[in-house]
Amino acid sequence: MTEAPILEIRNLSKTFSQPVSLGGRITNLFGGKNRPVNVQAVQDVDITVESGEVVGIVGESGCGKSTVARMLAGISTPSGGSVRWRGKDVAEMTAKEHRAFDLGVQMIFQDPFASLNPRMRIVDIIGEAAVKHGRIRRREQRDYVGSLMEKVGLSSAYIDRFPHQFSGGQRQRIGIARALAVNPNLIICDESVAALDVSIQAQVLNLFMDLRDELDLTYLFISHNLGVVEHISDRVVIMYLGRVVEVAPTDALYGDPNHPYTRLLIDQVPSLEAGKRDYAPIAGELPSPLNPPPGCAFNPRCPWATERCRTERPALREIAPGRLSACHLNDTA
Amino acid sequence: MTARQTTDTMPLLRVQNLQTHFLTRFGAVKAVDGVDLELAPGEILGLVGESGSGKSITGFSILGLIDPPGRIVGGSIEFDGRDLLAMKERELRRLRGNDIAVVFQDPSMTLNPVLRVDTQMIEAIQAHETVSSAAARQRARDVLVKVGIPSPDERLRCYPFELSGGMRQRIAIAIALLNRPRLIIADEPTTALDVSIQGQIIHEVRELCRETGTALIWVTHDLAVIAGLADRIAVMYAGRIVETGETDEIIHHPMHPYTRGLIDSVPSGSTRGARLHQIEGMTPSLLELGEGCAFRDRCHRATEQCRETPGVTSLGNTREFRCWHPETGGDQ
Repeated sequence: MTEAPILEIRNLSKTFSQPVSLGGRITNLFGGKNRPVNVQAVQDVDITVESGEVVGIVGESGCGKSTVARMLAGISTPSGGSVRWRGKDVAEMTAKEHRAFDLGVQMIFQDPFASLNPRMRIVDIIGEAAVKHGRIRRREQRDYVGSLMEKVGLSSAYIDRFPHQFSGGQRQRIGIARALAVNPNLIICDESVAALDVSIQAQVLNLFMDLRDELDLTYLFISHNLGVVEHISDRVVIMYLGRVVEVAPTDALYGDPNHPYTRLLIDQVPSLEAGKRDYAPIAGELPSPLNPPPGCAFNPRCPWATERCRTERPALREIAPGRLSACHLNDTA
Repeated sequence: MTARQTTDTMPLLRVQNLQTHFLTRFGAVKAVDGVDLELAPGEILGLVGESGSGKSITGFSILGLIDPPGRIVGGSIEFDGRDLLAMKERELRRLRGNDIAVVFQDPSMTLNPVLRVDTQMIEAIQAHETVSSAAARQRARDVLVKVGIPSPDERLRCYPFELSGGMRQRIAIAIALLNRPRLIIADEPTTALDVSIQGQIIHEVRELCRETGTALIWVTHDLAVIAGLADRIAVMYAGRIVETGETDEIIHHPMHPYTRGLIDSVPSGSTRGARLHQIEGMTPSLLELGEGCAFRDRCHRATEQCRETPGVTSLGNTREFRCWHPETGGDQ
């Protein structure tokens, strides 16, 4: 490999724990056995992102995909594992290097109504970080913000407006301009088009692709919408209950899914071509992460589960060049 | 324009020239402006549109759930031959939840958070019928089984917060089915759910409609969801139905440029690497809507003629659209 991957995460884990309540602690004094409740939201996740790539992360609610994003963006701290940025471990970075990493990774959120401060004008929402981090001088702010607004398809005449004066699609563009203001290399989109109407969603997806070409961006695109991910991604990571179950190039994943969960998930995607058809629904629901099933986490819902799946957890292994899957069925085949 | 039923039987629901306006201090917002719909027993109609197109308000108007400043200012709604707009509130109450049921987008809004599931379900039965609590409980249990809820006896004793979103939405659907309604209006019932749960619910709802002969209006912004479910589709834009027809026809031969645009902007594997077709601009403010086709500012086919409101063009029995310059491109 000539160049280190832009982002490499290894064994990344996050445990949320709920401390014992006051009542629980009092009963503990009298011999109670209340322990803190731990939820393993993310367990041993490995993802490698090459520069210029679009990597999609797909999974149902509660699978830990947003928790991964929030750890990468520095919103929450990992409980374990390592993150390497351009080959350098983030934990060992100097303050200056860490600043470069923080600015290099920017996030675009799901809800364009909740992610903009309603009391700030657009000129400050977009320009504040760039001024603060010394990327531009304060007197250059208006011109800089104006050019960013034009870049994301907003008229710079709106520079002094407040967020409530914009529609959902326009606000999402403001969120994009804010992320771009500090010249990031990697953009994390956490369900960034989920709240938008179909026609506006198409506009924003096109904007993402134009910006990628123009600014040489890398995207980590998190979504539960398989159609959107198929459209935009080069590679796709499928997560289930806090773990990665399959990684593959988009064509391979959609054309020939390996893991049973991926197979069933892709069957569920409503599509225009399918017309009137019968859905063969995945039985059951996502198990609670508080009490994950032993063995393979998907075994209670898997139609092909064997005795081994109920006891032993499958490791994520390479099944073909560039393809990883965590399933015991690959051993027998 | 009438989203006309396919069969010749008497329609279960007939909406004619429905106008629901919101009277604000800036003027009248014409959320629904002349909508016609017909629905036969057992038929599934997909009502498709983006935010602000009036699709939900159309559904709420049928249910009589329009609150001030909103008001139905014109048109008629006939259900089973009876005029809903002339009914007293008391008669409407008897109808709602009994003959006409509703499923909302957010199941946590439907369910009372401080009552157990069984309490809510028994209450919904006893509000319309004099039956013993034991019999009502049994019926509630049967309906839970029908919508595919595992271990229904346990679920009946749960509070809503103990259940997942998909489970709650299934209970909301079960409550809608309790009194064997003849019409269900479902407003984006799967939008907040995961794909796998959405698949399950669509599967179950379609089975139920087939079995019981319940008619369904499924309100959504997602053409891909409705393509696999509905018999007919009506596309709404800025308070009007701009195109209606059988599902296959609409998906494969859209006539209205807006429908065409909606279909082309759905991302999928076949669009990878390419730019998505996008409809420029955004939906117009319903306050400033004047004469003419409301879509003309975003339409690539628009001409001077579009300043006049286009009339309804009929193609065959069920196919209608409102456009001066319909798409002629043929297949997708």
